[in-house]
Amino acid sequence: MDFKFTEENLSRIESVRKKYPDSKAALMPVLYIAQEQNGYITREVMDEVALVLGIKAVDVLGVATFYTMYHTSPVGKYHLQVCTNVSCMLKGGYEMLEETVKKLGIGVNEVTPDGKFSIEEVECMGSCGTAPMMAVNNDYFENLTKEKLNEILDSLK
Amino acid sequence: MEKILLLDIPNYHRIDVYREHGGYETVKKAYSMSPDEVIDEVKKSGLRGRGGASFLTGLKWSFMPKTSDKPKYLCINGDESEPGSFKDRQIFEFNPHALIEGALIACYAIQAKAAYIYVRGEYHNWIEMLQKALDDAYSMGLVGEKMKETFQTPYECNIYIHKGAGAYICGEESSLMNSIEGKRPYPRVKPPFPAQNGLWGCPTTINNVETISNIPAIIKNGWQWFSRIGEPRHPGTLLFGVSGHVMKPGVYELPSGVLLTDLIYNYAGGVPGGKKIKCVIPGGSSMPPLRGDQIEGVKMDAESLKAAGSAIGTGGVIVMDEDTDLVRVLARITKFYYHESCGQCTPCREGTGWMLKALNRIARGQGTTSDLELLIDVAKNIEGNTVCALGDAAAWPVKFMITRFRDEFEKAVKKEVVMPVASMVHSMRHTALPLAELKKN
Repeated sequence: MDFKFTEENLSRIESVRKKYPDSKAALMPVLYIAQEQNGYITREVMDEVALVLGIKAVDVLGVATFYTMYHTSPVGKYHLQVCTNVSCMLKGGYEMLEETVKKLGIGVNEVTPDGKFSIEEVECMGSCGTAPMMAVNNDYFENLTKEKLNEILDSLK
Repeated sequence: MEKILLLDIPNYHRIDVYREHGGYETVKKAYSMSPDEVIDEVKKSGLRGRGGASFLTGLKWSFMPKTSDKPKYLCINGDESEPGSFKDRQIFEFNPHALIEGALIACYAIQAKAAYIYVRGEYHNWIEMLQKALDDAYSMGLVGEKMKETFQTPYECNIYIHKGAGAYICGEESSLMNSIEGKRPYPRVKPPFPAQNGLWGCPTTINNVETISNIPAIIKNGWQWFSRIGEPRHPGTLLFGVSGHVMKPGVYELPSGVLLTDLIYNYAGGVPGGKKIKCVIPGGSSMPPLRGDQIEGVKMDAESLKAAGSAIGTGGVIVMDEDTDLVRVLARITKFYYHESCGQCTPCREGTGWMLKALNRIARGQGTTSDLELLIDVAKNIEGNTVCALGDAAAWPVKFMITRFRDEFEKAVKKEVVMPVASMVHSMRHTALPLAELKKN
């Protein structure tokens, strides 16, 4: 499937490039723009990013596959990221993850058939003082309890 | 009590409020001094880096070449991915202008063309807050080409925010630079150090967000004022993030040298249920853990913690009560380093996986005492044998947790050593027994 940046995103890319002395450095922000437009990053997307920035496709592949926040397969409309690292674990992070799995009936790194939810077990998100926590897309939900978690999941339409 | 970064002033994150309280005036003072005088002031203040290594900030700045054909850069590390650390986030939210003002002064001191603030991608909403603050500063002519006019100076610089994408390794300074450059973020071999060969091969200084945010107060009030706060060998206030089994977890700004027990019991309200403390990690998950009976009288500063057998790290204090299963904790910490190892160096890439397997085995109740030796052996073979410090960070918790809590780990493993023949053959090298004898047993 072909991927082309929208006109609007092409102009966003132009302004991002001005932050850096060379175009390769714009790769990370451009991958974010691509992911925003396409939902996740396919090989076709990577090829197009390489073309737009005038860099090698293999360099795009190397970067896109290194980071956890670039998705190379589809994620749900609500991407649930539950932290289980040590501070969260001490406060019930694993219970929150189990509850999420139980409630949605899918496993970690899976997407619900309707494409609404996906679950990821994440490493420390910097919410140790407000543990346990979960991020829904970009938003943090902290000091979770099972009740609060259920309430949040129910509210996501 | 004196605070520098997290002040009790409502809406201090707003540029108008920040300026009402004298914000951005210190830039003028700094620009009336020579760059070397600014560096000297920071040097004399004794400010040490807040990112983990506690290196002297002024000294680091003085490593920058005075003359260079290439542009110079400042990197500000806000990757903040160390488990137990959540302090820089408070600065982005409550005092972003101290960071921007500090960056303007630091850039001038090292004569940098631009500063890149690297913020972890998960902090998307905090990046927006910081971006708003930066946009406000730009529109008031405090940053960029208009600053020449505003500050009546020939000097100008730009500040940019670079968003990370979820990799702990990018908190390592050279990995961070590769990440900004759009390369796969493997740490670089040092030397050359960033001051010679940093961003795009240019002279670069890299400091932590909290370090840079302290600069305006130091220049404003003078080095003498700063050097008198807290412990003289590690002066100033520190942002301590307390998490785990405490009543009031959170970030506390306190003078360095505060007692660890004071921090836990007085500020963070002690342990729920009045339980005893089994273990404390005083500086983020990479630092050696202390036993509950080792924390009495320990001061929170780099030198005191070193003497106590740990390190200040990022000041992220993780408290674990007497009911905590340390095998599970160590397995979880090791899982983190296994996940975050970038894969460049074999000892770290393979070793973290081995350690995780052995720890999971113990957590399942299938471990043996030889697994404990194996873990310590693997940890020792990672430590010091990798390009960057992630290897050490993975090895230390394993080495120190097992050594300091030996009883607990002994209890979790089977006493008898179940040795498959293969490992007996291996051990033959250390015994006089012939192989045939071993097989008979």
